[in-house]
Amino acid sequence: MSEVAAVAPDHASSSAVRSLVGPDARQQTTVDDIETWWVPKQNLVDVMRRLKTDPDHRYEMLFDLSAIDERGRQHRAGQPDSQFTLFYHLMSFTNNKDLRIKVALDEQDFQAPSITSVWPAANWYEREAYDMFGMQFSNHPNLRRILTPPLWEGHPLRKEHPARATEMDPFKMTPEFQEAQQQELLFVPEEWGMSTGAKHTDFMFLNLGPNHPSVHGVFRIALQLDGEIVVEAVPDIGYHHRASEKMAERQTWHTYIPYTDRIDYLGGVMNNLPYVMNVERLAGIVVPDRAKVIRIMLAEFFRISSHLVFYGTFAQDVGQMSPVFYMFIDRERLLTIIEAITGGRMHPAWFRIGGVAQDLPEGWEIMVRDFLDYLPARLDHYGEMSLKNSILKQRTVGVGVYNTKEALEWGVTGAGLRATGLDWDLRKKRPYGGYDQFEFDIPTANNGDCYDRCVVRVEEIRQSLRIIRQCLDNMPAGPYKADHPQTTPPPKERTMHDIETLIQHFLNVSWGPVVPPGESSTMVEATKGLNSYYSVSDGGGMSYRTRIRTPSFPHLQMIPLISRGFMIADLIAIIASIDFVMADVDR
Amino acid sequence: MQSEFIMILPVLLGAMLGAAALVWWERRLLAFWQDRLGPNRLGPFGSLQIIADVVKLLTKDDWVPPFADRVVFTLAPLAIVAGMLMGFAVVPYGPGLHIIDLNVGLLFFLAMTSLAVYGVLLSGLASNNKYALLGGLRSAAQMVTYEVFMGLSLMGIVIQTGSFNLNDIVQAQEDMWFVVPQIVGFVIFLIAGIAETHRLPFDLPEAEHELTAGFHTEYSGMKFGLIMVGEYLAVILTSAIIVTLFFGGWLGPDFLPPIVWFSLKTAFFICFFILLRAALPRPRYDQLMSLGWKILLPLTLLNILITGAVLLAMEG
Repeated sequence: MSEVAAVAPDHASSSAVRSLVGPDARQQTTVDDIETWWVPKQNLVDVMRRLKTDPDHRYEMLFDLSAIDERGRQHRAGQPDSQFTLFYHLMSFTNNKDLRIKVALDEQDFQAPSITSVWPAANWYEREAYDMFGMQFSNHPNLRRILTPPLWEGHPLRKEHPARATEMDPFKMTPEFQEAQQQELLFVPEEWGMSTGAKHTDFMFLNLGPNHPSVHGVFRIALQLDGEIVVEAVPDIGYHHRASEKMAERQTWHTYIPYTDRIDYLGGVMNNLPYVMNVERLAGIVVPDRAKVIRIMLAEFFRISSHLVFYGTFAQDVGQMSPVFYMFIDRERLLTIIEAITGGRMHPAWFRIGGVAQDLPEGWEIMVRDFLDYLPARLDHYGEMSLKNSILKQRTVGVGVYNTKEALEWGVTGAGLRATGLDWDLRKKRPYGGYDQFEFDIPTANNGDCYDRCVVRVEEIRQSLRIIRQCLDNMPAGPYKADHPQTTPPPKERTMHDIETLIQHFLNVSWGPVVPPGESSTMVEATKGLNSYYSVSDGGGMSYRTRIRTPSFPHLQMIPLISRGFMIADLIAIIASIDFVMADVDR
Repeated sequence: MQSEFIMILPVLLGAMLGAAALVWWERRLLAFWQDRLGPNRLGPFGSLQIIADVVKLLTKDDWVPPFADRVVFTLAPLAIVAGMLMGFAVVPYGPGLHIIDLNVGLLFFLAMTSLAVYGVLLSGLASNNKYALLGGLRSAAQMVTYEVFMGLSLMGIVIQTGSFNLNDIVQAQEDMWFVVPQIVGFVIFLIAGIAETHRLPFDLPEAEHELTAGFHTEYSGMKFGLIMVGEYLAVILTSAIIVTLFFGGWLGPDFLPPIVWFSLKTAFFICFFILLRAALPRPRYDQLMSLGWKILLPLTLLNILITGAVLLAMEG
């Protein structure tokens, strides 16, 4: 269906944007209707700066930046020639509008100007693009590998890079290679942008992680300390990198669903949601109402589950020992419901393209209602125990502060953004998957410190309970899966009568769905912020390129900014308040 | 001065067994408060868990990091345990039940517990590890702050009793426990006592979530075991001293023998220590310091002043 058209339909603001992107820019249509412009790379920085600052548009946030290896792509009619395409996804919070900028790159001149001068958040994104594809970014302050080890050979997301170990020669650890690896591990402060001493002080360097009780996974921060004061903190990520985006290129549209569960491993089916919605959009599948409401209910359950883990570990990281046990017990109750419905607990992989895997089991209402009646009183109790505790307040109020402007500048979304006072929740601002049918509030706070981020999340648990109660009271009847040949096998009784349905069943099961060519991205308000899947289909049974934009990635990039001048203990509180999981950062 | 050397063995045994039992008791009690089970499989109510733990620790490789200061690294846990054990010498367990009836018993107790803090400090420094160093530094800072008014908070009692002798102090509470006139002194001593024992909420030298394990990051096997024993001894000793100074020591109605009264009261405070650990978050280290210097120290001095003034007025 949505083969890319050469001439775009007239958007109301097209001409307005055209004046900003310049006369050389070319427009492209995409399935997701996000305005997409190809910009020559020499104009890129100017265009970006104009888009960010123009009073009528104000694309405040660099939401995503990555690239596509276009060398093997068949269906790209109407798009400028390009071997590698950089794409920049911008978001305007003022106008609630998105814009995608694309830049064509040629391997002969494999570089683009860095836009770190416009958005500091571009730093890590450009490093990732370099790491994965190998293009250079001129004027980038620190263009080094970010996810793969320093001595990695090749750039994983290029099409010629093997996707499996069996495609490579057996690995040998020679003494020389080991020596080189050891050399790479030596800590040289200057390489991290640190100085060894000031006029009257010698600094101490502390390696926090990748194995440390409070870094929530394998995350490393190199600290430059003056006593216990953090002078500089440099995060180091990549220890949890599993090349999820590469795996998407060799899994069918359908079999990739379980991989998404493992991106934000506390979010369960919340990860399935943007992925399946995106594929549905590409394939033009309409989801029945019952499936929509079931999806929302489970997604909100997982939001609660994730926030409970956050709440407990947050209290634990400021030294309170008990809350984490209470909250894990509550989460256990919740996971029991998840298990009764889906059969899985943390990674149910239960959403399907076009709906969900099964109908709700008999008696689900009883379990859900019990939980809805149980949790609010417990939350009140935890509020007394943790949020109102004066020591916890002393530890977290006024620590790790950033304002709305900084948050947008650095790509912060989710509760971290709402804690600065901006009531921006995707479920309200751009209702997706049926959220427009639900009543709930957007909790906000004003100070943007560690304490506020916790308060906002706790209130979000209550709002999620509200949404789940509405799901419970208004669960529509009907099918739980779209009756679409790409997604649902034909009814069994019909396959016994005509050959067509039998063929269709066979193809679906052996090949999986074939999605028409096109590009689309879909974002959701996930547990930790905005999570988006950008899929490029080349008309095959597998995705040509899948880009996963996770909220935790930019959140971690911001750590140095908000922890300078605080003490180690504060840094731990800041890390805890961000609420990330490393799988969501490294993918 | 009167010594009862025959008491050394039972006190030593009691203290060590008590510390060992606490390993199990604390885990069970914390589990109870945290809606868990805790160790409940080995022996009655899981009490044989202690033996399993000790056997495990004893059979572990006795490893000293090559970069550590070997001698100090080995001696530091001993200093912690020895200091705490010495403290038990002056505690009156019942009428006439004590190792030594020292006329400066209170000062001896303060001196011995301070000695144990040196153990913490030295273990942090000797490990030659940055986390341990930060833990050691914190413990030094904490010691300097809290030693000052830990001693001073008890001076109200000394003024009222006119003696540093712990037996005399117990006897002086025949009519009224000192917790009533010296409530301020009690609260401050309790806070200082927690800080001195490095227990949550004042476990900053250890601070698992910040400094991995703080001063004992590099310790393993029975050396680590000794540090833990030292911590539990400190809990018992501090509870015993609180009881002796503020809650009438072994005094109690006649239907139970004095030693039982003493043990019950001590056990109560031990449980209180564990409850604190279950309930409270950890303040930041500069917050702890400013609480000490800016609030607790002036309060302590005021307490001494008022106690003295009231006593003078009553005598005059």
